[in-house]
Amino acid sequence: MNFPADLRYTKSHEWARKTGDKIVVGITDYAQHEISDVVFIELPHLSQQAEAGKAISIVESVKAAFDIYAPISGTVKAINTILESDPAIVNDDPYGKGWFFELTPTKPDEWEKLLTKDQYESLIKQGAKQ
Amino acid sequence: MSYFPITKQDQTEMLETIGIEHFGQLFNAIPSEIRNPKIDLPEPLSEMDAQKWFHELAAKNLNLKTNLSFLGAGCYEHFIPSIVKHIIGRSEFYTAYTPYQPEASQGTLQALFEYQSLICELTGMDVSNGSHYDGSTALAESVLMTLHETNRRKVLLASSIHPDYRRVTNTYLTGTDFKSREIPFSQNFELDLAALKKELNQDVASLVVQSPNFFGSIEKLNEAETLVHQNGSLLILVAHPLSYGFYKTAKEIGADIACGEGQPLGIPPSFGGPWLGYLATTRSLMRRIPGRLVGLTTDTQGKRAFCLTLQAREQHIRRERASSNICTNQALCALAACVYMSSLGKTGIRRIAELNLENSYYLRDELSKVKGIKVLNSGAIFNEFVIELPKSADLINQHLKSKNMIGGLNLERPYPACKNQMLICSTETKSKADLNQLVQAFKEVLK
Repeated sequence: MNFPADLRYTKSHEWARKTGDKIVVGITDYAQHEISDVVFIELPHLSQQAEAGKAISIVESVKAAFDIYAPISGTVKAINTILESDPAIVNDDPYGKGWFFELTPTKPDEWEKLLTKDQYESLIKQGAKQ
Repeated sequence: MSYFPITKQDQTEMLETIGIEHFGQLFNAIPSEIRNPKIDLPEPLSEMDAQKWFHELAAKNLNLKTNLSFLGAGCYEHFIPSIVKHIIGRSEFYTAYTPYQPEASQGTLQALFEYQSLICELTGMDVSNGSHYDGSTALAESVLMTLHETNRRKVLLASSIHPDYRRVTNTYLTGTDFKSREIPFSQNFELDLAALKKELNQDVASLVVQSPNFFGSIEKLNEAETLVHQNGSLLILVAHPLSYGFYKTAKEIGADIACGEGQPLGIPPSFGGPWLGYLATTRSLMRRIPGRLVGLTTDTQGKRAFCLTLQAREQHIRRERASSNICTNQALCALAACVYMSSLGKTGIRRIAELNLENSYYLRDELSKVKGIKVLNSGAIFNEFVIELPKSADLINQHLKSKNMIGGLNLERPYPACKNQMLICSTETKSKADLNQLVQAFKEVLK
């Protein structure tokens, strides 16, 4: 399974990428694999206020519906509207075309609290052992 | 896995855990003198006597077989072909609910799928759910859909919507951040556009209008639809389902949600129900639709199969994040509506709608000629209209009752400002002679 080193991660399986002063958010390769075929995504509204750890988006797969939590606090600046018509992109390209939304962080310090690739990977391994 | 009922030991452990000695102590909060009260009931009756007693009670009701009824106001007497009763009474179908493990009951699911398809045909909308309890809950759920979809907090309700529907909707909104505001009606019972313009702002999720409205008037919605959509709000249309047989469909009007009472579709007007709420919407709002939804698919062998679909919205999966707590439908009433609509067909539904119009236009014309009666809706109607009388509608209704006729609704009750006004309904069930009989009775009482 693929976990790029330049990203940060959450325990709830979101990833965050720094691009300039913005943060792009999506779900991890592990998450897309676990929930299987994604059939619908409810994205946040533009300029919606995201609060770290609070639900901001919903993913429906053929298995169930899942909440997606904001990795850090901020204002939603862009949403990936392609997901509305083609949600399966999340399964095909979770770190690229399958991004969910972009935030302008209001508490940039929160970035440092996110998990690194190694931390996230060991979390997944622990989970697998259990 | 075997099922073990609670054992003595389980009981002892539970009592110990909560720190009491016997279960009776759980009721200590209820004063002993009001526990197990003696209820003063008459002696039991034999089955024969009980039946007789019930028949005598039922005979006190005014019924529609021996009385000519001109009462509508949300509940309508329409002719029900006997095939409806025969099909829904079959043991394969005779269930009030969508069954648990629904896919094992393909027949029930197919019937609901057909119901949904027919509601879509009737309203012109893309998706219908498998029905709601009644028109008022269908409206309340529709309002919630628009509030969630737009992320706005206010809904505008036309005051000419059925009073019960407005009340149920407001009950749903109680305790939430959502609010409703009413848009008054003009002299002719039509939506007051100037008032609508004033209320429209970025906080408005949707406008709800009923057409034909509670007073029977067909609303002219072109301008309202444009205003609402320009404001980024949604339009909910409540309608008597058979009116679609003659007037524009919800889709043609530009509504985002079509909902209302499905009772006119083959369900008798019984006091207290059971009734049937219909709710249909556009493809873009499909994921917001509450309740049961049946889809068409193929099974593992590639054969046609029906299944419950889009269940990820529902409570058993979304838990507290579900946007609606409706997890069921009115399966039997929806089946009745399905059989009714199929037995009438496209031309039949159109013809029924025309008969309702012909009768109510004739009655409106004839009553307008009666001295003392003033007809208040001058525009288009479907099967109801309002008349103003020189005296109380209740007094007139007493006279009609003595002639074995059930008069219209006294409008003063839901709308105190509508003094001496009566809402009169005439469906296809009335002959010209029936209508003339009512006109004659009015002439006598207003002499």
